[in-house]
Amino acid sequence: MSTTTYREAFRAGLREALAVDDRVFLMGEDVGRYGGCFAVSQGLLEEFGEQRIRDTPLSESAFVGAGIGAALGGMRPIVEIMTVNFSLLALDQILNNAATLLHMSGGQLGVPVVIRIPTGPGRQLAAQHSHTLEGWYAHIPGLRVVAPATLADARGMLATALIDPDPVLIFEQIALYGASGELADDAGPVDLDHAVVRRPGSDVTLVAYGGSLAPALAAAEELAVDGVSAEVVDLRTLRPLDTETVLESVRRTHRLVVVDNGWRSGSLSAEIAARVAEHALYELDAPVERVCAVEVPIPYPRHLEEAALPGPADVMAAARRAVG
Amino acid sequence: MTASLREEKDRLELLTEMLRIRRFEERSVELYSSAAIRGFLHLCIGEEAVAVGVLQALGADDAVVSTYREHGHALARGVPMQAVFAEMFGRTTGCSRGRGGSMHLFDASRRFYGGNAIVAGGIPVAVGLALADAMQRRPLVTACLFGDGAAAEGEFHESLNLAALWRLPVVFCCENNQYAMGTALARSHAQTDLALRAASYGLRSWAVDGMDVLAVRDAARLAVDTARAGGGPCFLELRTYRFRAHSMYDADRYRGKAEIARWRERDPVELLASALVAEGVIDTARRAALEAEVAAEIDRAVEAAEAASLEPVEDLTRFVRSEVS
Ligand SMILES: Cc1ncc(C[n+]2csc(CCOP(=O)(O)OP(=O)(O)O)c2C)c(N)n1
Ligand SMILES: [Mg+2]
Repeated sequence: MSTTTYREAFRAGLREALAVDDRVFLMGEDVGRYGGCFAVSQGLLEEFGEQRIRDTPLSESAFVGAGIGAALGGMRPIVEIMTVNFSLLALDQILNNAATLLHMSGGQLGVPVVIRIPTGPGRQLAAQHSHTLEGWYAHIPGLRVVAPATLADARGMLATALIDPDPVLIFEQIALYGASGELADDAGPVDLDHAVVRRPGSDVTLVAYGGSLAPALAAAEELAVDGVSAEVVDLRTLRPLDTETVLESVRRTHRLVVVDNGWRSGSLSAEIAARVAEHALYELDAPVERVCAVEVPIPYPRHLEEAALPGPADVMAAARRAVG
Repeated sequence: MTASLREEKDRLELLTEMLRIRRFEERSVELYSSAAIRGFLHLCIGEEAVAVGVLQALGADDAVVSTYREHGHALARGVPMQAVFAEMFGRTTGCSRGRGGSMHLFDASRRFYGGNAIVAGGIPVAVGLALADAMQRRPLVTACLFGDGAAAEGEFHESLNLAALWRLPVVFCCENNQYAMGTALARSHAQTDLALRAASYGLRSWAVDGMDVLAVRDAARLAVDTARAGGGPCFLELRTYRFRAHSMYDADRYRGKAEIARWRERDPVELLASALVAEGVIDTARRAALEAEVAAEIDRAVEAAEAASLEPVEDLTRFVRSEVS
């Protein structure tokens, strides 16, 4: 075990990917000389050179589309979009090309591109830099959407994503980049198919992903003090959703709280609630609870940003309502 | 073969290819009227010289990215006529298994990357294909075809800059047919000289008579050779005209009959055919024989496409993710 940060874990994953496969290259705004907007790719330009660590112009649509084209042409591009709000300028390429070409071509054109997108709130960056839009992308057939929320996943999801013959979007939590913890020295590729129980429990299931995992775990810790045993499920992969792991947990706890940094209406939390209602309604002993972002553009001041987002206290209150 | 004999043969081939496209499009109109083809159908009648001239300049391993008005590009690339008809009939033998239709023709084996119906949406992909070839040190070029309307999109400008910045082997081919749906060039572009605008990105740029297939072919050869030799991306503005409406839904109310008639005087097929007749390369009998050959090919292709099966509904959700064996 060694102490490392989420940022370093991502960098280690990138370095390994670049070292083991000549077809892999990284491109995006300020990924090279600057070292990455969040310093994730620091040092990679010096190590791998300008051919493989490519600074792009401010042209989200062009360089994401170029990533798609390069993937079609036999490369394994990793494209970084500076933050999720900017990814909207490339949405055309992601939805109309990356997610669609395979189907539209009758199976001829797989697009093995990996797109890394820093996302989420927590740094007082206000309403154009703080949103959680992973759930939107998870709506799109043809994409795999993953949300690493732990050091092991930060370290290991990229390698697996690069083996995927189809497009994968990796959403990295901006607020977690500096967080540190222990990571196994032999940490490597992880699966991208399954949700994981991060904390076992028997009274209530807390489903979370990405930036909502931390408040869910913190709430579970506190609930335990009061004698409430909360199980925490980390979705990890937002598309395709591992419904079975969620259902399996709910069948044991009979209570469900979904924690989502996205807005409530039309959110992933709504999808989870719907699936549980479809497949395990009679297992429930209480109505499904959802703890989501308040439906407001995320504001700048700390107290309002915090108030807009699910915190441990909100999760605890929801869990208590469910447990009764 | 002497140089002049070879050139004669080449010009005959250019004429044959343009005729195939013209008659293919005309048959498509009939098939649309009989409801065998549905959805959007965009014809390239009047623009055959662009398709044939550009595609003739490419090598077999070069890549092509196109738009929804791409029947001519696909045929000139060598996609079998039967596979294009079958695609428009929604059959499994279609070049996209029937999943794409008229606007989404693909043929990976010929590096024909479609068939993009988002105006300018294919341009960044073309840049990426060229990037992949450059990074793998393959001496290949990507031809990217799009319309004058696309030149107003951000993706066009982003892509020209990126390709020029990285000196990628892309030949941008702007089919300037004077209209984007019903909007004439001057009503959507402040600067209507598209070749001039492209040049501002620092790439080599030419405006070409898009009704003269030899001019198109020669310009395309120069551009392709330049890009292949490491000279960076090139831009061709190919000035042409679509004789028909934008699509089968278009009532064509935004332009005058006289304007259309004026352009029809420069019909690219007739321009070349009459030159060949005047020079004695072909006579009327040979021309008629050529027409008969093309008609027979079309008949065979339609027949084969009609005989093909539809994909079973059970297969609806295939090709959303790759089928890994
Ligand atoms: C992004 C986008 N906006 C609008 C449309 C609708 N549309 C389809 S074709 C077209 C005109 C495009 O004109 P041009 O690029 O000149 O190509 P042409 O049809 O003349 O070949 C428009 C507006 C579209 N398909 N995609
Ligand atoms: Mg046009």
